[in-house]
Amino acid sequence: MRVAITSQGESLESRLDRRFGRAAFFVAVNTETGEFAVHDNTQNLNAAQGAGIQAGSNVVGLNVEALITGNVGPKAYAVLKAAGIRIYLAPDGTVAESLQRFKDGLLDECLSANVAGHWI
Amino acid sequence: MKIAVASGKGGTGKTTVAVNLSLFLVDADLKVTYADCDVEEPDGHLFLKPEITLKHRSAVLVPQVNPEACNLCGECGAFCRYSAIVVLKEEVMTFPELCHSCGGCAYVCSVQAITEVDRYIGSVDRGSAGKLNFISGCLDIGQAMGPPLIKAVLRNITDDGITIVDAPPGTSCPAMTAVGDCDYLLLVAEPTPFGRHDLELMLQAVGSLPMPRGVVLNRVSGPDTAIEKLCSRYGVPILSRIPEDRRVAEAYSKGLTAWKAVPGYKALFADLWSKIEPVAGRYTA
Repeated sequence: MRVAITSQGESLESRLDRRFGRAAFFVAVNTETGEFAVHDNTQNLNAAQGAGIQAGSNVVGLNVEALITGNVGPKAYAVLKAAGIRIYLAPDGTVAESLQRFKDGLLDECLSANVAGHWI
Repeated sequence: MKIAVASGKGGTGKTTVAVNLSLFLVDADLKVTYADCDVEEPDGHLFLKPEITLKHRSAVLVPQVNPEACNLCGECGAFCRYSAIVVLKEEVMTFPELCHSCGGCAYVCSVQAITEVDRYIGSVDRGSAGKLNFISGCLDIGQAMGPPLIKAVLRNITDDGITIVDAPPGTSCPAMTAVGDCDYLLLVAEPTPFGRHDLELMLQAVGSLPMPRGVVLNRVSGPDTAIEKLCSRYGVPILSRIPEDRRVAEAYSKGLTAWKAVPGYKALFADLWSKIEPVAGRYTA
């Protein structure tokens, strides 16, 4: 299964980025093989608006089945849901720790936006 | 001739100055329009109490996607810098509230799957308060994008006399849209540290605009050397100092104009206009 995790850095030991739209990086991991690839999200980090939507669209492009992150707003949620990507909310920790919690079934699935949208 | 009354900070007295200046000019038998461009919270009508004779709804264009025609090529989503249209594997999603109505998505669509449709964002009221022409824009509740409605208000100025534009506060897109094509920029500031700070932001924001400008200090109750230094550094004259006066606040709280409530206001605005008119007139010519 392919999973995307929002990350503050470019390795599995980096901290999970609790922001979704303005996460620094997305780490896409294949849970069977352990292979991973890092995708830069700097462009969205500086977006004036629509960061969640664009990040959602980018994650859709990573061909993952699930996303692990800290918070998801309404517009990002709408994009991810439309693309059938399941969202799991993780507490603080590293990317590897978050992935392990996911594998152990310890993360709650996010069934609606868990934070409010930003002004426009 | 269009005079925009603006400020960096909110609550400095833009509407007070715009309304009183409008009334002074009407009293001087000039043809005047007051245009309220503070579309997020227009309040000129509270003081002018105009009779509204024409009310029309204002819309912006947003994309509507025909899923039958769409081939999911992704060109529209790649074009939109505001993420207002996103192409997923099986569908296209639009976020109309983020759309800036550029029409680019429809333009780049090679299969004509996108139609631009109206999205109503607010209304523009027209009318008069005595001899004063009155125009005011009001955004619908929940709408966040002021500039298209401000442009609609400005388009409604058909009069060839003097227009006083009551601009929204701040230094972002709504304020710039309201002041962009005026012939004179009247900046209202209060002599406080916060007021001085935001006046400087505004002086920077309008730095590249060509029209002449001047500052009115409102609610002055003492020396204001910091703001004087700031204005002289930017080469902008302080045209007038409106003294702090409890009677103005009392009149304001009742929806009355200082013009009527406080003796001396007429002379104050006469003096202000005598400084604006020749400069704005030269610029227009």
